[in-house]
Amino acid sequence: MKKSVLASAVAATAIAAAGMASAQTLQQVQDRGVLNCGVNTGLVGFAAPNAEGEWEGFDVAVCRAVAAAVLGDPSSVEFVSTTGKTRFTALASGEVDMVSRNTTWTFTRDNDLKFEFVGINYYDGQGFMVPRALGVSSATELDGATVCIQTGTTTELNLADFFRANNMNYDPVPIETNAEAQQQYLAGACDVYTTDMSGLAATRATFEAPGDHVLLPEVISKEPLGPLVRHGDNEWGDIVRWTLNGLIAAEEYGITSANIDELAQGTNNPEINRMLGTEGNFGEILGLESDWLVNALKAGGNYGEIFERHIGESTPIGLARGLNAQWTDGGLMYSPPFR
Amino acid sequence: MSSTVEPPREQFRLSMLLNDTRYRSYTFQVIALFLLILFMAFLGWNLVRNLADLGQDISFAFLGEPAGYDINQRPIPYNNQDSHLRAAFVGVLNTLIVAFLGCVTATILGTIAGVLRLSNNWLVAKLMAAYVEAFRNVPVLIWILIIFFIMTAALPAPSAFRGADPDQTMLFGAMAATNRGVYVPEPVLGPGGWLFVAVFLASVAGVFAYRRFATKLLYDTGRDLPRGWPSLAILVVPSLVVWLLFSLTAGSAQNALLVPEGAGGQTLEDYVMAEGGATLCLVDGASSSTVAKTALLRLQAAARSGPVDDRVNLNIRTNRVESRAAAVAAFEEGQCNLLAVPQEAAANIAAGATLETQLREGRPIEWDKPYLSGFNFSDGVQVRGSLIALWFALAIYTGAFIAENVRAGIQAIPRGQTEAAASLGLRPGRIMNLVILPQALRIIIPPVISQYLNLTKNSSLAIAVGYMDVTGTLGGITLNQTGRAIESILMLMLFYLIISLSISAVMNVFNNAVRLKER
Repeated sequence: MKKSVLASAVAATAIAAAGMASAQTLQQVQDRGVLNCGVNTGLVGFAAPNAEGEWEGFDVAVCRAVAAAVLGDPSSVEFVSTTGKTRFTALASGEVDMVSRNTTWTFTRDNDLKFEFVGINYYDGQGFMVPRALGVSSATELDGATVCIQTGTTTELNLADFFRANNMNYDPVPIETNAEAQQQYLAGACDVYTTDMSGLAATRATFEAPGDHVLLPEVISKEPLGPLVRHGDNEWGDIVRWTLNGLIAAEEYGITSANIDELAQGTNNPEINRMLGTEGNFGEILGLESDWLVNALKAGGNYGEIFERHIGESTPIGLARGLNAQWTDGGLMYSPPFR
Repeated sequence: MSSTVEPPREQFRLSMLLNDTRYRSYTFQVIALFLLILFMAFLGWNLVRNLADLGQDISFAFLGEPAGYDINQRPIPYNNQDSHLRAAFVGVLNTLIVAFLGCVTATILGTIAGVLRLSNNWLVAKLMAAYVEAFRNVPVLIWILIIFFIMTAALPAPSAFRGADPDQTMLFGAMAATNRGVYVPEPVLGPGGWLFVAVFLASVAGVFAYRRFATKLLYDTGRDLPRGWPSLAILVVPSLVVWLLFSLTAGSAQNALLVPEGAGGQTLEDYVMAEGGATLCLVDGASSSTVAKTALLRLQAAARSGPVDDRVNLNIRTNRVESRAAAVAAFEEGQCNLLAVPQEAAANIAAGATLETQLREGRPIEWDKPYLSGFNFSDGVQVRGSLIALWFALAIYTGAFIAENVRAGIQAIPRGQTEAAASLGLRPGRIMNLVILPQALRIIIPPVISQYLNLTKNSSLAIAVGYMDVTGTLGGITLNQTGRAIESILMLMLFYLIISLSISAVMNVFNNAVRLKER
């Protein structure tokens, strides 16, 4: 007992020490020359290593944009793969500087777990996937089903609520990672796989016969996914927040990776000029170079380009923009002004 | 005459704490202890202060809040509105279940493998050596995953049992091995059930008592009583008498089958065929309900295997309620269209009519069989795939270590003991049982205790296969959803500490009972 108390105390001291130092995250990242970014263990389209072993995906692109803004180099990122259970500990202990891992912004995570969600990069909701052969067309027909579920996520609680509200029973099979869930689901060890709709679409895209599986129409929760940082370092939080805002605003103003070099010479739109650093000193205010957002946008293009490249309708994942369209197109993507 | 002179009693002086070797060591120990306490206090104080800086305090209030998540294996009633504490307790019970099953199986496996490894039969000895080396030298997590993945991939899904001409059929119509687990019948106690169980347990105790008595008699007087058939008789006869007695009296009392108004008078077969199925209100733990369900399942099986033309896919469902009154209420509300009640009670129920068919009350033990309904098998007992994988992996892994402990124990007994026993004319089996094992046990037990502790602690790998043990509930989902890491981990440590110390304590009592008695 003595030994274990000692060990936990040492561990807790280490955590606390990392917490104390968090006020200088920007300084640490610049000294280190590498951004530590927590991502999914492997969810095609969002965060997964490609054939060359390089991480790519929708969430990965946010990490790269931040690295480009802070360090000027989108490849100076150390990707740390985290499960639903380990992501918060990794962030709280200082192992990673930010987490961009399809993580739902909730009250308790924001206030009780002491994290800061800097924005929303994907508006999602929890859905269900079933084999087409089951003949199920609505989630309300799932009474008595065995449901595979990733443990340590909000989906676990939403699922319990949904089945309770509809007075149905189910048999939960808790699973650690998406890959294991996929294996269990395909073997028929569970009838249903539930997670965020985007995750279901991404998982289905990797199946041998995606057409044999259907996503049920019910979306049983709101899942605003976004990157997060630790509480208490507002400067760092602002950098990540405004990098994300910059990506979204760039799409709105038509700044793309194709025309950015031209626009960075100066335009007659003052807002674009302020974003790209030819007017004002926004980079300096954040503690960065004046071309911070130019670098961020060069990393992977604006929000729309990132979306289309990794999860858009032309990819195997095939997600429509839907709620994630710009506000000007009837979606919810709306960046505060650069002023 | 000699007189002893008392040495003058030395007065204790403070300087002796440093100068006198008798006291000096105490001085240093006290100083070391003081420094250690100071260091601990600093770590604790540092932890609390830094947590306070982060805005977190240590509080166990979260244990009273609703957990909000479901657990698939529930030894006690639990739903997602129960507290985190209850969820943790469900996890504790699941840990104890797998630890108990694992320890028992590992002991059996280990003893057999350990003894056989010393066999003179070359093949048997080498096979056991291969088992020990293979399982002892591969991490237990790998074994857990291998068994789980093989089960998932090799066994059929429940849907394979569905349809008029299913790919898979249930073993004896009562058991099904699927990739979600093995479904087996659940015993339901009928009339005289408790008495039957009590008599059976008493008979088992009686067998042991008789054999003890026979041994004592043999040693005291040299009279050798027969052991085989009296043991069998003690085991079987009283239970059989009780079984027959209750089956023929209370158990054969007839139950009326209630159906909705207007359908009365026909046989059960005609009624169910005409309706294309039936929903039975099943009273939990009532043998008459189980008998009625068995009758329905038999009908379903008959309909399925009938000639192709009249093949009927009967839709049989059960509606579980807690008491007979609730069953009657559910029947009157139309939630089911079949209900088995005692005849005298049937007269008091206003709604419905009775069928011509009557069913007996049931034997002292009836088997509540699982059956396919909807996505899964219902009723019966589901031994989950995750439990099986964890149980067997822990058992064969730890069994390999126990086998080595057993082998070491046996080999520690000098060969002369065997030879001496043989020269007295004892046969090999008797030499092992009467001479070697009683002595070897003393050497075997202490290391086996630590294997039990290892197995119990290794059961915390359960989350790898989704088995909800205490690490999965309290240390997994609760920790994650509440963010109370330190509190949860402290409780988890406390639990494993208590359970390990309890196992040690129990096994030490056993060890004291078998160890060499020195006089």
